[in-house]
Amino acid sequence: MKILVCISHVPDTTSKINFTNGDAEFDTNGVQYVINPNDEFGLTRAIWFQEQQGAAVTVVNVGGPDTEPTLRKALAIGANEAIRVNANPTDGFFAAKQLAEVIKNGGYDIVIAGKESLDYNGGMVPGMIAGILGYNFLNSCTAITVDGTNVTAVREIDGGKETVSTSLPVIIGAQKGIVEEKDLRIPNMRGIMTARTKALTILEPVDVTVNTKAVKFEKPAPKSAVKLVSADNLDELINLLHNEAKVI
Amino acid sequence: MSILIYAESAEGKFKKVALELASYAKKVAESLGTTVTAVTVNAGDVSELSKYGVDKVLKVNNDKLAGFTAKAYADVIKQAAKKESTKVVLLSSTTDSIYLAPLVAVALEAGFASNVVGLPVSTSPFQVKRTAFSNKAFNITEINTDVKVLALAKNSYGIFENGSSLTEEDFNPTIGDADFGVKVVSVEKVSGKVSIADADIVVSAGRGLKGPENWGMVEELATVLGAATACSKPVSDLGWRPHGEHVGQTGKPVATNLYIAIGISGAIQHIAGINSSKVKVVINSDPEAPFFKVADYGVVGDAFEIVPQLTAKLKAFKEQQS
Repeated sequence: MKILVCISHVPDTTSKINFTNGDAEFDTNGVQYVINPNDEFGLTRAIWFQEQQGAAVTVVNVGGPDTEPTLRKALAIGANEAIRVNANPTDGFFAAKQLAEVIKNGGYDIVIAGKESLDYNGGMVPGMIAGILGYNFLNSCTAITVDGTNVTAVREIDGGKETVSTSLPVIIGAQKGIVEEKDLRIPNMRGIMTARTKALTILEPVDVTVNTKAVKFEKPAPKSAVKLVSADNLDELINLLHNEAKVI
Repeated sequence: MSILIYAESAEGKFKKVALELASYAKKVAESLGTTVTAVTVNAGDVSELSKYGVDKVLKVNNDKLAGFTAKAYADVIKQAAKKESTKVVLLSSTTDSIYLAPLVAVALEAGFASNVVGLPVSTSPFQVKRTAFSNKAFNITEINTDVKVLALAKNSYGIFENGSSLTEEDFNPTIGDADFGVKVVSVEKVSGKVSIADADIVVSAGRGLKGPENWGMVEELATVLGAATACSKPVSDLGWRPHGEHVGQTGKPVATNLYIAIGISGAIQHIAGINSSKVKVVINSDPEAPFFKVADYGVVGDAFEIVPQLTAKLKAFKEQQS
């Protein structure tokens, strides 16, 4: 079983979000980067398949040389090898096209990508890969098991969950639940040392037309201060919610 | 050339997001000088859509589509878009629509923007505003393709009545075995409770409640308000509440009219997940809790005293209103 985990290199949640160049670009100054959390949940499940069912796990990222520490971290967590497609993705479709090319050439049985990334929150890459390749696609997965070529998974839906079945090859949009927070692994020293010698292949991108581009960024208007209501005067809170905010 | 919306329904009734989407589509259509066509799947009576500006409905009734299957539904929307020579396809941001949206975009060779808030900033070039960086910023995205697919963020536009005369047409798209590579084995929905996705009000509680045995007062407050209940990440990690209730960055996103946070300090990851809610109320004993910085209204004090009192007062208020 060959598994490909798509890794997005994203600013840590606690990073200050600022823009530069006339608000046309994200300001990377002082930003700490991490593996996108939804991807890390997926990667951890892939490592489980490696340990329990002998899967080979490759991680892939579409990004410049500055994203390599994130791939090395994925290798330190336990992936067998890494691929970097050497391009700065302009939009989700660009990334999906590059990844689809890697998948076609690599013959992977399972492709796991986070259902959404922390930076652009596009939520489109796994679905677009599936659309391009015509593979079966399960989004918002909170559990997955594989028996031969049969896949059983649990998906989160509005107001509950559903169990679905399909067959390999499959594209998985991963989220928390596919493994739990406590199952996430912090790379140990041995992992970090071996990660240095694992293969990291650099591929040049294929040509893709630019469908969409982020032309400008804005920050939300500063919020007015909280209105405090005394605990002895909850009628006032009800009054504000009814007459001022008009939400009850 | 008309704008196409996919109007989602459940059990023969349109979801609120479908009405919001219709209201939004009407405005976009006006700015483009065109009309609104809706495609529905097993929706039953579709006349309600005329109230919100829909001009034409393509009604799909097919037993094969009784359960949601992303690929098949995407195929239906694609064929409807082709039939109408649509340039703009509008979708909502439910779990189902977000699942099928990228498939529709690829099938139509369309540029896709999700989490769209507000009307297009410009129609030539076509630019929309969307949220990014977990609600910490917006970006203006330009779509350069002939056909565009947009997913409207929930509760970002509102529902507006705008009467139209509706034409209904039966539509029979071709769906085949290839559309059903994924089979639904079973569905588990929590019955008798408002889901976080559908709720206008969410009452959420955190570790400040000290233990799962104290959730009764949270549920009572939610019942009075017709709200869904939710919880912070530590609470779901501790197993006090089911995972499905966890809201925040790695949990469910919340975009309600009113979000009430009880005993939740307001970690940055929590705020990221709930920040698109319109009005936020915090009840916390610690006046330094970060949640006070993002809330609209706050009460400093002991939740165990405040929440039952608030519930009783709201109950009296609701009775007086009715």
